[in-house]
Amino acid sequence: MGVPMNGSTQALRRPTVLAVYSLLVFAFLYLPIVVLILYSFNRDGVGGFPPKNLTFHWYRLLFNDVAIWDSVLNSLLVAGGAVVVSLTLGLLAALALDRAEFPGKSILRRLVLLPLILPGIITGLSLLMFAVSVNLQLSLLTVFLGHGTALISVATTELFAGLQKMDRAQEEASLDLGATPWQTFWRVTLPNLKLSLVSAGLLIFTLSMDEIAVTFFLIGRDNTLPLEIWARLRRGITPEINAISTLIFCVSVILILIWYRIRTRNIGSGAQELLERP
Amino acid sequence: MYSRTYKSIVSLPPILWVGLFLLLPYALMFAHSFWMVRNGLIVHQWNLRNYAALLQNPVYLEVLFRTARIAAGVTLLSLLLGYPLAYYMSFHAGVRKELLYQLVIVPLWVSYLVRGYAWKTILGSDGVLNGFLQYVHITHVPVSFFLYSPFAVILMLTHIYTPFVFLPLYASLEHIPRNLVEASHDLGAGSRATFLRVILPLSLPGLLAGATFAFVLTLGDFLAPLLVGGPSSVMIANIVQSLFGTAYDWPLGAAISVCILLLTVSLLFATERLEKRWAFR
Repeated sequence: MGVPMNGSTQALRRPTVLAVYSLLVFAFLYLPIVVLILYSFNRDGVGGFPPKNLTFHWYRLLFNDVAIWDSVLNSLLVAGGAVVVSLTLGLLAALALDRAEFPGKSILRRLVLLPLILPGIITGLSLLMFAVSVNLQLSLLTVFLGHGTALISVATTELFAGLQKMDRAQEEASLDLGATPWQTFWRVTLPNLKLSLVSAGLLIFTLSMDEIAVTFFLIGRDNTLPLEIWARLRRGITPEINAISTLIFCVSVILILIWYRIRTRNIGSGAQELLERP
Repeated sequence: MYSRTYKSIVSLPPILWVGLFLLLPYALMFAHSFWMVRNGLIVHQWNLRNYAALLQNPVYLEVLFRTARIAAGVTLLSLLLGYPLAYYMSFHAGVRKELLYQLVIVPLWVSYLVRGYAWKTILGSDGVLNGFLQYVHITHVPVSFFLYSPFAVILMLTHIYTPFVFLPLYASLEHIPRNLVEASHDLGAGSRATFLRVILPLSLPGLLAGATFAFVLTLGDFLAPLLVGGPSSVMIANIVQSLFGTAYDWPLGAAISVCILLLTVSLLFATERLEKRWAFR
């Protein structure tokens, strides 16, 4: 640091207006969530001010609501399936894009990413037309196909980034030392991608649990959780929906915390390795 | 280094899956847009009538313009909220940077539906905002124009896309070498000049990426108008949705979808090229 000059002191000065503005932006981002949680305890409905007569009534109602829990189960099934399918295919696609040369490679890359950038309604409707033309009845299976396919995009981007950062020499060494390509894949490639796999998996799970736009057109008789909530919104709203939304919010926060811990722990151990190296 | 077998094992399954469940469905969408409905059945007779109808009937263009206006509103508001926040965090937040960053990320993970629903309960005529206004005696009758208006759609989508806009903006601000900012100050430029002539131009790629996100995501949205918008804010994707539902004209709906698809892809293509150009200067 040199002699403080006119310019640099100015740059270091904390701009109060900007700080207050940022605080307001945070308030805007969090206000609806706070309101939502607060009114889930409000006996007198979803509106009005101030909230009074706090109660757990809506949570009790929610826990006895079979339709909601059925839809939660459906969503978990779909999301679980989507994670398996899109991670597997995303991993293969990332490996193919990273290491293989074949005709149509750039087409594959663009095609895989398309559901990420196109509005959900277009992907949803395309798959609806596909299902109708091959006589596939709309059900959780079609929803699962939609999620599994659309979310390959997320898996591929995340895993491709992981592969790019990976040290190829390790794989070369493994092959040179007599391991088969299969052994090398399981013992070197996959462990190296652990972090990317977990964070892609969490992201896909969350996105699938929350998906409406694609699901909207592929749903059969059994609702997923978002579609069940959607159907209820049309019939009139009670704080029971605030209660389930609050639970969804809590689960999301727990998932982020897990994701964040995995991330920092891995960075931490990496740093330690660096320090231990001679 | 990798054998031929290895390469085909990794590339064949994704090619087949994506070909069957992505390429084929998108191709079907294109095909439908050239077909027609006769007596309540889809006839595979190739024609351009759907596209002609889109150009001739002013309703479609009108809705498309309204959609573009709403998308522009969302983009502008998200930038107005996201840019100062990103700027503050990148240059002035100090040690709290990481925590604040996480706080912006959290709402991203919160369900779209949950956030839309929250706005519905806030803006409704017996909602939280009206309750509050009456409680502090600003009004005595509930204000009904908060909900079911384009304003509500813009507000809800701005809330959802501000974190999306923030991320690339913040990343581009973080990448600005700090010695450039110092040099600008040392050479006598004030804060305003430094911002306008050093920081803003260098953050343009991030700004563009964020703006594109918000615009494109709003362009294809049909849930926000259904949730908080009402009839005055019907957007282009709502028309598609009703054509695939009660109105039952899949070919016409497919033609509009193809237009949305082409619009989205060309917008992304154009901004990607612009970003690259600005990034090298």
